[in-house]
Parts: sequence; C-alpha cells; structure tokens
Amino acid sequence: MKDAFGAPQSLLVLGGASEIGLATARRLVARRTRRVHLAGRPSPALEQAARELRGLGAEVHTHTFDALDPDTHEEVLGKVFAEGDIDMVLLAFGVLGDQARDEQDPMAAVRVASVNYTGAVSASLVCGAALQNQGHGSLVVLSSVAAERARRENFVYGSSKAGLDTFAQGLGDALHSCGVHVMVVRPGFVHTRMTEGRRPAPFATTADAVASAIEAGLRRRAEVVWVPGVLRAVMAGLRHLPRGVFRLVTAPR
Amino acid sequence: MPVPLAPAATPVTGWGRTAPTAARLLRPGSYEEAVAAVRGSDGRGTIARGLGRAYGDAAQNAGGAVLDMTGLDRVHEIDAVNGVVTCDAGVSLHRLMQVLLPLGWFVPVTPGTRYVTVGGAIGADIHGKNHHVSGSFSRHVRAFELLTGDGECHVVTQEDEPELFWATAGGMGLTGVVLAATIQLLPVETSLMTVDTERATDLDDLMARLTATDHRYRYSVAWIDLLARGARTGRAVLTRGDHAPLDALPPRARHEPLAFRPRRLPAVPPLVPDGLLGRASVGAFNELWYRKAPREQRGRLQRLASFFHPLDGVPEWNRVYGRAGFVQYQFVVGQGQEDTLRSVVRRLARRGCPSFLAVLKRFGAGDPGWLSFPMPGWTLALDIPTGLPGLGALLDELDEEVAAAGGRVYLAKDARLRPDLVELMYPRLDDFRALRARIDPRGAITSDLARRLAL
Repeated sequence: MKDAFGAPQSLLVLGGASEIGLATARRLVARRTRRVHLAGRPSPALEQAARELRGLGAEVHTHTFDALDPDTHEEVLGKVFAEGDIDMVLLAFGVLGDQARDEQDPMAAVRVASVNYTGAVSASLVCGAALQNQGHGSLVVLSSVAAERARRENFVYGSSKAGLDTFAQGLGDALHSCGVHVMVVRPGFVHTRMTEGRRPAPFATTADAVASAIEAGLRRRAEVVWVPGVLRAVMAGLRHLPRGVFRLVTAPR
Repeated sequence: MPVPLAPAATPVTGWGRTAPTAARLLRPGSYEEAVAAVRGSDGRGTIARGLGRAYGDAAQNAGGAVLDMTGLDRVHEIDAVNGVVTCDAGVSLHRLMQVLLPLGWFVPVTPGTRYVTVGGAIGADIHGKNHHVSGSFSRHVRAFELLTGDGECHVVTQEDEPELFWATAGGMGLTGVVLAATIQLLPVETSLMTVDTERATDLDDLMARLTATDHRYRYSVAWIDLLARGARTGRAVLTRGDHAPLDALPPRARHEPLAFRPRRLPAVPPLVPDGLLGRASVGAFNELWYRKAPREQRGRLQRLASFFHPLDGVPEWNRVYGRAGFVQYQFVVGQGQEDTLRSVVRRLARRGCPSFLAVLKRFGAGDPGWLSFPMPGWTLALDIPTGLPGLGALLDELDEEVAAAGGRVYLAKDARLRPDLVELMYPRLDDFRALRARIDPRGAITSDLARRLAL
C-alpha cells in the first residue's frame, strides 16, 4: 500500500533497464519500496539494475517483457500482479528513433510508433485493469515535452508520445473513480544513454531530477508533471504560437 | 476501448484525506445483512467503518468491501440505575451523550471528537483526557458481540474470552466486526465542566506541572506551541477539569443542569487551496492562542462540548488542509523517557512544522489490549500538512527515536509508519497475527492498514 506521502511499497517498472526507471526505483527504495519488479528485454543492463536495487535492500524480480509483442502483455503482466499488489507501475520504455532515417524508412518510423504508442497502450490497459481490481495504485506514464507540439526535429518520436500522452490522460479519467491514479510525466531533454551525443535542448534535465519530480508528484497525487517545472509555463506560451513563428523559433540552428 | 468501471466502487480515505483507495461500500441495516456481507466477501475481504475519524487507512479496504456501520445505530437498553448501556456498534458517542446526559450518565472515555462510533472506539481502544484516571475505552466495556471472518457471532466478555476480547480492543477491526456492546458509564450531576487553565513557559515547566498536579484532575491536557523556538520551546497552555457538581452552578443554570445542546458552525467548503496552513498563518494563530490563554484561572465553568470537542463545532474541518491532506503524528514514550520527548519536540520546533496546537498528555497505567496504544508515560499528537517537503523522512527518524525508547505510534492515527518498526512498537503483534490466522484463516477481514503494516 502507498503511505500518506504516496510512497509505494511495491513497484513495477516497464522498461526495467531505463535510466529514469532505475533512478526512480532507487529513490523509492530509499523510502518505502521493498518489492521491485523490473520488466524488459533480457539484457546485461536489466540484470545490472536488479543487482543495484538488491544492494539497496529491495527484493527484486526480473521479467521478460517486449513492448513490440503486445499479444504477450496480458500473460507476462498478469503473472506479476498475481504475486501480490503493485502500488505503482512506471511505464518507462520508449525509443527516440532517428528522425532522418525514420523519415526515409517508414518501417523504422512504425517501429518507434509501435514501441512508444501501441506497446504502451496495451501495457497500460493491462496494468490499469489490474490496478482497478486491487482498488488502488498509481500508473506513472513517461511522456515527453515533445508530445505537446510537433517539431520539425523529432515529430516521429513526438507524435508517438503525443498519442501516448492523450491516451494516458483519458485512461486517468476512466480510472479516476476506481481509486487508481494515473500521472503523466513530461520531461524536457533528459541527459541519458538515449540522448547521448545529441545537442541538449534548453532546460535540459537529468534522470535523477525526473525521479525526484515523480516522487513529489506522487505525494501531491498530481495528474501531470513537467520536468523541470518551468516547462509548464514555457509550453503554455509555445503551444499558442502561430505555426510560422513556431517554425522559426524551433528551426534547427 | 472504454475501461469498464468496477460496479459501485467508491474512493475512500481516512480523516487525513491521504492515500485514497476504492472499495464496494455496503451499509448493513441489520445484523443479518452484516453477516451476509462478511460471508460473501471475496479474496480482498471486508472491514468495518464507522464515522471515518481514523486519520489513516484503518477503515479502508482497497478492492474489497467496506461495511459502513452507521446504519446499525439502535440503543438497545439503558440501565439508568447502575449506569450501563447496550447499543449497536454504529451508535456515535455524540448520540450516546444526547441520550445519557439527561439521565445523569456520561461516556466513560471520549477522545477529541464525539463523532466516533462505539465500534470504532473499541477497535482503536480510544483514550481521552482522563486516561491517567480511567484508562482507555475498552476497560469500561463489559461485553461486545463480534462477527468473525467465518460469519459467526460471538458474545465476548473480559472473563469468558479474554484473548478475543483484548485482541479486539485496539485491534483496529481486524479480529471481526463489532456489532453491539455493553458499556459501563460514569455518573455526572451536570453537563458543565469546572476548568482550571494555566500557562507553561517551556517544555520542562510543562512536564513538571503535569507530573505534580495531574492526579488532582479527572481530565488533563496541554496544548503546545510547536512553532515556538529557543527558550520558549514547548510553551503550552494546560487545561484541566472535572464534571461540575450541581452546587457549582449559578442558580439560573440549576433548573436544567444536564442540558446538552452543542453548537455547530457551517462546514468548511470542499475546495480549500493547498498551503493555507503554512508557518506564518499557523505561527500567528499559535501566538494568539498562547497569549489569549489566562496565565492562571481556576474553576471556570465550561460547556462539555467546548471542553472536550472544540473542533466538532466546525464540521469537515479536515478540509482546511487542502487536497493533499494531512497526517496526524501521535506517539507515546514511557516514564523515564522524557529525554526522547524533549528531543522530538526540539526537532519538530527546529523544522518549523506548521502544526497548530499539538497536544501533550500524561498517560496512566497501560491497557491490556494487545495492540492498545497507551502505556504509562507521555503522548504527543500533532497535525501536519503532507505537502511539507521532507516530512516523511523526518517522521521516519522520529519513529526510530520513539521505537528505540520503547515507545510507539498510534495505529488509529497512522498513515505512514515503516512496516518493520511496528513489531518493535507492539510486542504482542505476533500473538495478534497468530490469533487472526486461527479465527480467520481465509482472511475475510482485512484493511489497507493491515496490508500496509502486515498486521
């Protein structure tokens, strides 16, 4: 069960090797979390994450989970929930893709959409139903500031996150009266392996800052969290810029 | 694909309005319906709920059933000669006072609110300002009827079934659903209190005054200003009193000495902005409260409701903490552990916890309930908004200090204790778990509190 500050005792990370996922788990294990399920494609990074969290005192289980294979989601995630209540699910998987290549290769673009949107839709619905049955829990969905408005630079990725963001908001409304809390997290540019070698956007942040914002959001039972918080105001302005001006502002320099 | 909503699941929280979870709310109107509800409970079980004054998750049951017991509210029998009442568990102390005061009887123990049910009073084994004289509530309960997880009803008395009795007293509703109870009452001549008030300049002054003079009063409590720092740390207002005898009343009041007509203000509106109660507003309030208290005043007559239940005059006062809600932190440390109390008060004052009116009280002898909270010593209770950054970590540290001193926190108030500390705080927890496993092997009775702390 979560405590009065929203700190969960059990956690399921989808995309178990993700840096934001791990940073969040690390932070929550320092509070109340004792049981962690890491779900992802088997990899040394996943095992390394499990080892690290065990070292911090958590009981950690790893599960094979593939966002691109939604047919298996019910079975894989069903097993996790059968082992006991999950207080928080963190949907942390996603790919950035390569905009230039994705524009040339439709199947590569479809892969980005399939992981970030289709896979997330299926996994969220399975987890949402399980949380609803247990009558409590948070589903934290990692969206992106890129979901807010299409940019020339990354609209394949951005559109997939936009779909996910809208979906998660709707799911939050559907589950609101069932005791289930859905929180959409919109980080800006995050320095991680995924963004290595890319030019950071303004207001770039870190995985740890995202984790900290997630923890604070749980405490407030927030529905949308921006990281850093200033992006809420920045995007409130940018969202309403005329297309021509927006193009100029966001044109690659 | 629309998400199918679970039929009639309702979000439920405790009085602190934190950590909501959804359950099927059932409101039995008869014992038979209560039995049917417990027998029909699924894998996620059932818990009884009264008026929802437990601060945390004691009367929540995520994904299962919550039995709203306020539909069972009959007063069965009053023995006005010997002062004994038998009533349903859903009867509130407010209702008992309305019924009993005109007959010259008062409830033996009342907490800071009248809006708790008899079932809740047993489940939390509540205490009041008279603990040093009267102990906690269950000590005055002669018998209760308990509906256990197998759907059977048992009449439980201290003599015939001491184990089940003392596991249920303070057992947070986890041994079964209390359906009815028989309670020994306290005779009173009037519905007024004679009250002495004095100020204490700091914590040591306060503890000295309480230790030296508590025994002279049936009721005794101190309000501490937790925002005062430095030499004024722990400054407080002591309020002590007793039921006024008839001859203490002015002639005008003597024709209706047992009148009980508590006033209620309009309720706090549902949407209050977060952060209304910060350091500045609470600090100003505390300053005013301390200064308005007389330095010393003897024998003032006060209405029962304003002496015992000042906050009951403001319905839904818990809303003033905004959407994020608040936690109440109440702990006890034994006699001889005054240093722990001092250290906790200093740390809370240094952190600047915006708590208005923290309450300090001296407990008398401990109670036999297995999970009963009181033990002889000092108990401090304070409300803090959950939005205060770092509060969770601070309270965890205080818990450790309290546990190391052999103390404990009150489960009826708890919403955040670290599960591994509960065994240290409640040494009979293993017996409690064994008894639950024996009488309710399929786990038909459970709650969020039980899940969170593995009770």
